[in-house]
Amino acid sequence: MNATIGRLLLTRLVAAILTLWFVATVVFVITNLLPGDVAQELLGQSATPEAVAGLRKALGLDLPPWQRYLEWLWNMVRGDAGRSLVNGSPVAALIGSRLGNSLILAGITALVAVPVALALGITAAVYRGSIYDRIVGAGTVLAVSVPEFLVASAAVLVFAVQLRWVPALSQLGRLETVLDVVRTFALPVLTLTFVIVAQMARMTRAALVDVLSSSYIEMARLKGAGQARIVVWHALPNAIGPIANAIAFSLSFLLGGVIIVETIFNYPGIAKLMVDGVSTRDLPLVQACAMLFCGAYLLLVTMADVAAILANPRLRHR
Amino acid sequence: MNSATFSVHRGPMAILARLSRMIMPAIVLFWLAMAFFGHWVAPYDPAGIQDADLFEGMSRKFWLGTDYFGRDMLSRIIAGARYTVGISLMATSLAVTAGVLLGLAASAIGGFFDTAISRFLDALISIPSKMFGLVLVAALGASIPVLVLTLAVIYLPGCYRINRSVAVNVAALDFVAVARARGESTFYIMIREILPNMVGPVLADFGLRFIYVVLLLSSLSFLGLGVQPPEADWGSLVRENMPGLPYGAPAVIMPAIAIASLTIAVNLTIDSAFGRHAREGIR
Amino acid sequence: MEPLIDIRDLRIRARTAEGPEIEIVKGVSFSVRRGEVMGLIGESGSGKTTIALATMGYARYGCRIAGGTIRIGETEVTRLDGKGLQQLRGRKVAYIAQSAAASFNPSRPIMAQVIESALIHGLMDEPAAREKAIGLFRAMAIPHPETIGNRYPHQVSGGQLQRLMAAMALITDPDVVIFDEPTTALDVTTQIEVLKAFKEAIRDRNTTGIYVTHDLAVIAQIADSITVLRHGEVQEIATTPALLASPAHEYSRKLLAAAEPALRASPVTGETSAPLLRVSGMSAGYGLIGKDGMPAVLVLRDIELTIGRGHALGVIGESGCGKSTLARVIAGLTPASRGTVTLDGVDLAPGIAGRSREQLREIQLVFQMADTALNPKVPIDEIIGRPLTFFFGMKGAERERRVRELLDLTHLPASVRDRLPGDLSGGQKQRVNFARALAAQPKLLLCDEVTSALDTVVAAAILDLMVELRRELGLTTMFISHDLKTIRAICDDIMVLYSGRVVETMPAAALETGHHHPYAGLLLGSVPALRTDWLETTPAASLQVQGVPPALSSGGCAFFPRCPRAEPGLCDTAVPPLRPVPGGIEAACFRLDAA
Ligand SMILES: Nc1ncnc2c1ncn2[C@@H]1O[C@H](COP(=O)(O)OP(=O)(O)OP(=O)(O)O)[C@@H](O)[C@H]1O
Ligand code: SF4
Ligand SMILES: [Mg+2]
Repeated sequence: MNATIGRLLLTRLVAAILTLWFVATVVFVITNLLPGDVAQELLGQSATPEAVAGLRKALGLDLPPWQRYLEWLWNMVRGDAGRSLVNGSPVAALIGSRLGNSLILAGITALVAVPVALALGITAAVYRGSIYDRIVGAGTVLAVSVPEFLVASAAVLVFAVQLRWVPALSQLGRLETVLDVVRTFALPVLTLTFVIVAQMARMTRAALVDVLSSSYIEMARLKGAGQARIVVWHALPNAIGPIANAIAFSLSFLLGGVIIVETIFNYPGIAKLMVDGVSTRDLPLVQACAMLFCGAYLLLVTMADVAAILANPRLRHR
Repeated sequence: MNSATFSVHRGPMAILARLSRMIMPAIVLFWLAMAFFGHWVAPYDPAGIQDADLFEGMSRKFWLGTDYFGRDMLSRIIAGARYTVGISLMATSLAVTAGVLLGLAASAIGGFFDTAISRFLDALISIPSKMFGLVLVAALGASIPVLVLTLAVIYLPGCYRINRSVAVNVAALDFVAVARARGESTFYIMIREILPNMVGPVLADFGLRFIYVVLLLSSLSFLGLGVQPPEADWGSLVRENMPGLPYGAPAVIMPAIAIASLTIAVNLTIDSAFGRHAREGIR
Repeated sequence: MEPLIDIRDLRIRARTAEGPEIEIVKGVSFSVRRGEVMGLIGESGSGKTTIALATMGYARYGCRIAGGTIRIGETEVTRLDGKGLQQLRGRKVAYIAQSAAASFNPSRPIMAQVIESALIHGLMDEPAAREKAIGLFRAMAIPHPETIGNRYPHQVSGGQLQRLMAAMALITDPDVVIFDEPTTALDVTTQIEVLKAFKEAIRDRNTTGIYVTHDLAVIAQIADSITVLRHGEVQEIATTPALLASPAHEYSRKLLAAAEPALRASPVTGETSAPLLRVSGMSAGYGLIGKDGMPAVLVLRDIELTIGRGHALGVIGESGCGKSTLARVIAGLTPASRGTVTLDGVDLAPGIAGRSREQLREIQLVFQMADTALNPKVPIDEIIGRPLTFFFGMKGAERERRVRELLDLTHLPASVRDRLPGDLSGGQKQRVNFARALAAQPKLLLCDEVTSALDTVVAAAILDLMVELRRELGLTTMFISHDLKTIRAICDDIMVLYSGRVVETMPAAALETGHHHPYAGLLLGSVPALRTDWLETTPAASLQVQGVPPALSSGGCAFFPRCPRAEPGLCDTAVPPLRPVPGGIEAACFRLDAA
């Protein structure tokens, strides 16, 4: 590690924190300052003006906006996301009870999807122009073009309705045998994997094709190096940065996919929680969930950036 | 030699490719026509409850079956095209127009203006699109104008980024330097020198953006946070007919297939018009 | 004796974007005897590299060897399978590519790449391979032969990398070495060192080679015989002396004439014309402007120059020395941070915004790449017509007539008017480029590398056009180039730029004679001449020049780290000023009298 790398990494970190702050501000502005009176909405059109005013006071809506903003930001930093407008329980507790479930779902998916996608992307790039490459190409275009709920519905139709291999809805709880785990997670993971593998494989292929068409690869071929050596020794070390980027970007699709998948399979994760929050306009809950997702996304992107910096030979050897 | 534009000229793959090159734009045009003139050809009133069972299968009478109310699915999908295609088209046009104008201005003016606007919009990109949509809908509700604006705002940063980079690349070329050295106004340089060289990338970007918008709108509607009843786009149609899924009712599958047919057709049309590389690098 | 390389009726086809396959190499035959070097020469797109690669059984993506035979020794290359090709490449036939910077893997240390083919082919173990590589580095006169292998490619200079790549090719003692324009990407002063190293290696090892280039003077130093290519077909094959002395084919004659451009007579005669352009004390650069008013990256320092009315000043210097920046500063595109630019006695504002439309009209720029200098979406008549409307308010028939006149002046057919730049050839585009500049009726024309992107034969015609324009319009021109031969052909005065400073100015007549600045001397001596013994006889080849140009420093003479005459304690303490030397030369060097 040298000074330049250290400085670059520090810059990335600071940038990530600033961005997170910016995102928090955007979330706050959208949920607070845009037209629409939350108190009125919550109580309905028939509420008396006194009741509305009372609720406004209770929610702190009568304070000047910047004061509310600072207070909110400070609370967020401390990890206090306020209370749900709908049932009054602390948002942190609501999220806490479900975060684990979502992480398990995302984790299993990532474990399955990343190797599959890398294998597909790398082989397609190596056999560029072959029938195999074209099939992968066409397949992934189709996969990125269809909505997640189509994939999920199709999976339910085939595996739950037709074949009856797995239940249509996820029921967490009985996870005693391996089979239980498989039966519970099979469809959600399958759906999510399908969606992000396509994206990731495409980007991996593009990154590797780029490297494989460079002069030093041609040179390696002309030195008599075999295919395996060219890919592993010459190409991959130079593709780490772009591939890390592809993984991070595709995993961010996971965040979006989770929302649909948790809803369709009635899976008790935070994405489902957030969707319910949006339908009931439970703003503290929505804010907290949004910050959580954005934070996760930023973390992924920053990690990819860090990987790219650490993998760059021009920076590593100065 | 450009790998992207390669295709085989013999064999079954070639025939398939040629066929898709003709059929895909036709599908896009078909859905566009349905969006604008669908009400003239729909066999039934999309809201009218027919003399039929719930979740009927496909039949002579009801080509795509019936929904959970016993309404004709074909007519409802045709009516839904108006919302899905219409809203997406409006939102995409807004996002792309704003993205092109801002990108052009940033590249031609440069300096502080460019930095400020780029930083701001780049930071917005770090909010995942579905999340952005949920927050906006939670705050503003889901009327159609709000949906159009929401979708446009969500995709504006990506659009700006791509158009700015295209514009900056063009602006760095010598013919722009020649025009500057001649003393031409910034406006002239933007409109006459840079813009004409952006047409291809802008069109490709428009198509891809449109796909994203359709997918996001459908997802929101599927979650019940998009187009609200009694109006229904394709995503809403899937949602309201979900109870038919265990029976394998066409009422669930068909609207989803309509979405897929539109997005796939647009995607492949872009491929054949601009080459496969058009998509790479666009987020 | 049986030739070592025998290529018969070689045909290579390439797939086009949507159309059918086209033939890019059309039945090429030639042979090379053991220990000889065959030069392949031709303009860009003539198929040189494609043929060279084919000798290794290699075709780039989208191309394929469609017919013919390639025999190397006992091996018929076109019949080899994948395994056989791998055994051939790097072992029997080795390749040296055009850009060493791109051909080394940025992620691996140099040594590992140099010895890679020896290890792949199992010729020796790693310590032995390293030992051999270090020996080769020594033979190639690469500095720090013991340790340079531990570095990464981005840590060594272009000229050194090119020689390291030669070592990489020679490590397996291949029967045949393919040189693919190995010096084209280098500056002439670096090229001469690399050429020297190559020539010695070839002689010492009795190497059989194919040397691809577009530069006749370079190939004359290395090759025993030459194959002239055009559009994928052989035009002529002859021994090098024969080709240089009496080219048989029409196209070879043209190539030869263009390689040594004739001196064009200058239209100016009288010495004493009032200066049209004067630049004094000018410094400029890029990046954020600091507190002292100077930019972060200073590219040009204390530039002084004048151009007499009707004169042509040639500006020469290696890549990155600030030539283009100089033109941009004069045109106002890059505002000077210090100093003045005076045109016709009037001081100009540094930036475009501060200059009047009339002042902008009087200076016109012509850029190197006609491809990027013309907007591909605008038809030719609008490109040429826009300055007419902008500066003179011309419209309709009047403008149309003037456009025709300008096309005529630049020898373009009137039919190009409604075409787009993409439909024109490279030479035609460059003419349109000129026509647009002339439309403004400038007093001063700034030409930045206007012939560098063109094939030599086309470039020669553009030079003729420039001379004609100067004669007919009395234009004052500044002609920027990295190529001394083109500058000498059309300029009255020459200015040498090194690392952002003027190191010498001279009348063109003083080129061959006179007392030069050490860098100018090196530059002049490094330009290959069209004779086979140039490399052995030029004094520049014996100079020990090391290192790369450093970042512009204010401490001492910029050339100090590379200068063969440098005197520590003197040259690295102060910046030498420009001083007159006999012969009308002015040079910035402390030790001119020491030579
Ligand atoms: N826009 C820019 N921003 C920052 N640095 C620049 C810019 N343009 C050029 N430079 C740097 O300024 C220096 C001089 O560049 P310039 O283009 O004037 O050189 P040149 O002599 O014309 O070289 P060449 O022969 O390669 O055209 C180089 O180091 C270059 O990298
Ligand atoms: S001043 Fe010294 S270092 Fe500079 S060119 Fe002259 S002799 Fe060489
Ligand atoms: Mg230049």
